[in-house]
Amino acid sequence: MSGVPKIRIRGLSKAFGPKRVLDALDLDVPAGRGLVVIGGSGSGKSVLIKCILGLIEPDAGTIEIDGRNVLAMSRTEREAVNVHIGMLFQQGALFDSLPVWENVAFGLLARRMMARRDAKPRAIEILAQVGLGADVADLSPSELSGGMQKRVALARAIAARPDIMFFDEPTTGLDPIMGAIIDALIVEQVKRLGATAFSITHDMASAQRIGDTVAMIHGGRIIWVGPASSIRESGNPYVDQFVRGSSEGPIKMELRK
Amino acid sequence: MNTLLDLLGAIGRGLFAVLSAAGSVTLFAALALSHVVRPPFYPRLLLRQMTDIGYFSLPVVALTAIFSGMVLALQSYTGFARFSAEGAVATVVVLSITRELGPVLAGLMVAGRVGAAIAAELGTMRVTDQIDALTTLSTNPMKYLVVPRIVAATLVLPLLVLVADILGVLGGFIVGVFKLDFHPGTYMARTWEYLEFQDVFSGLVKAAVFGFIIALMGCYQGYHSKGGAQGVGAATTNAVVSASILILTFNYIITELFFAR
Repeated sequence: MSGVPKIRIRGLSKAFGPKRVLDALDLDVPAGRGLVVIGGSGSGKSVLIKCILGLIEPDAGTIEIDGRNVLAMSRTEREAVNVHIGMLFQQGALFDSLPVWENVAFGLLARRMMARRDAKPRAIEILAQVGLGADVADLSPSELSGGMQKRVALARAIAARPDIMFFDEPTTGLDPIMGAIIDALIVEQVKRLGATAFSITHDMASAQRIGDTVAMIHGGRIIWVGPASSIRESGNPYVDQFVRGSSEGPIKMELRK
Repeated sequence: MNTLLDLLGAIGRGLFAVLSAAGSVTLFAALALSHVVRPPFYPRLLLRQMTDIGYFSLPVVALTAIFSGMVLALQSYTGFARFSAEGAVATVVVLSITRELGPVLAGLMVAGRVGAAIAAELGTMRVTDQIDALTTLSTNPMKYLVVPRIVAATLVLPLLVLVADILGVLGGFIVGVFKLDFHPGTYMARTWEYLEFQDVFSGLVKAAVFGFIIALMGCYQGYHSKGGAQGVGAATTNAVVSASILILTFNYIITELFFAR
């Protein structure tokens, strides 16, 4: 790894009451690469991604994007950084009060003040890039299937040609075939944009499809980082147990008996 | 002794919770107001909210006002007949409607219709990550969601109350003329005789304050909603209940400011 990482996280901590979710977490995401964070439910993956996006304020630590600590920025400066970021939420998070095309063009209209008459044709072009036709442009998000909603959410995320893309459990709620299709679209679009991709998932097949590098989070820290291709031979007992999906191993799930 | 301490502890916790909520709502209101005057502005959203809150509330407010005017005329007539003061019916109707019933009943009806809808919409947006999505799209949710609703409600409630005033007086007129056999000209003359500008103006000021309260409580409860469908349901209930209580509280305060001698 050389040069300044696209995202550099140091000593990131976050607790909710007595529960410490992130505990002095360190992580680097190299520019132009895809990093996937894996970990069990409640391990802090979503909190980590929300801290980076500025949706949750961490208790301690620094998050640098392109060498600038985003935690020390004003809201306006932060909004300027977000212009270069695209995010695909777990459930899509499409605005159900707007038609599909306005969802896709939302960032273009809000950030770049593109005229509405120009935004609709542009939105239809972007929908085509994720395999959707112009016939869905005027539909409401609730009229679409789960897979189509995910594609529209991906279209919205790539619309402003971001430098960094975040994916929160991109295949959750989809059947294996649609999951593979969405993963392929993600890889294609990230490559086309030359973007840095930061994903979180507990779907191992998805992690290997969309990531160059995999990092495992456990106990609020990153406990292993390695190439996605070698994750099944990591030699780390935590990663091995997670990859096998076994209840036997060092990871003890918190269960009430 | 322990029972007394437990009781005091429970009272203290309750008081602390109320003060904490009041502080939180006040900060939310101050933040929203600070965004009212700072760009970017969303005129399309403001117009849409004015239509949703104002135009679509017209039937509910109109029906409430007209029947309130009718029942007020009937009740005051049967009451005043006991001491031969039936002639005051028109005056009582117009003063009651413009000063109190118009703004309060319109406020409560709009709180039920619009306050609940705002809380449910923003609450659903919160639990489905739509509000977070706005942030990631460089759009301030306070400016995009909260400000248009608060400004729209504050502007359109006085217009709704003006309609309620007219229809409430009309309701009283209908009952007075067609049921109680008042002469139409005499009824209208009595309606105007004691009506002052301040009577109508105080009602419109109340309406603007009530509109602000309704949208504020709907936005606050929805914005801070959590816990899925149950949380959205609780936010909706809290929005209507808190707005209704605040409407009645501020109704007294504004009345005191306008009419206390």
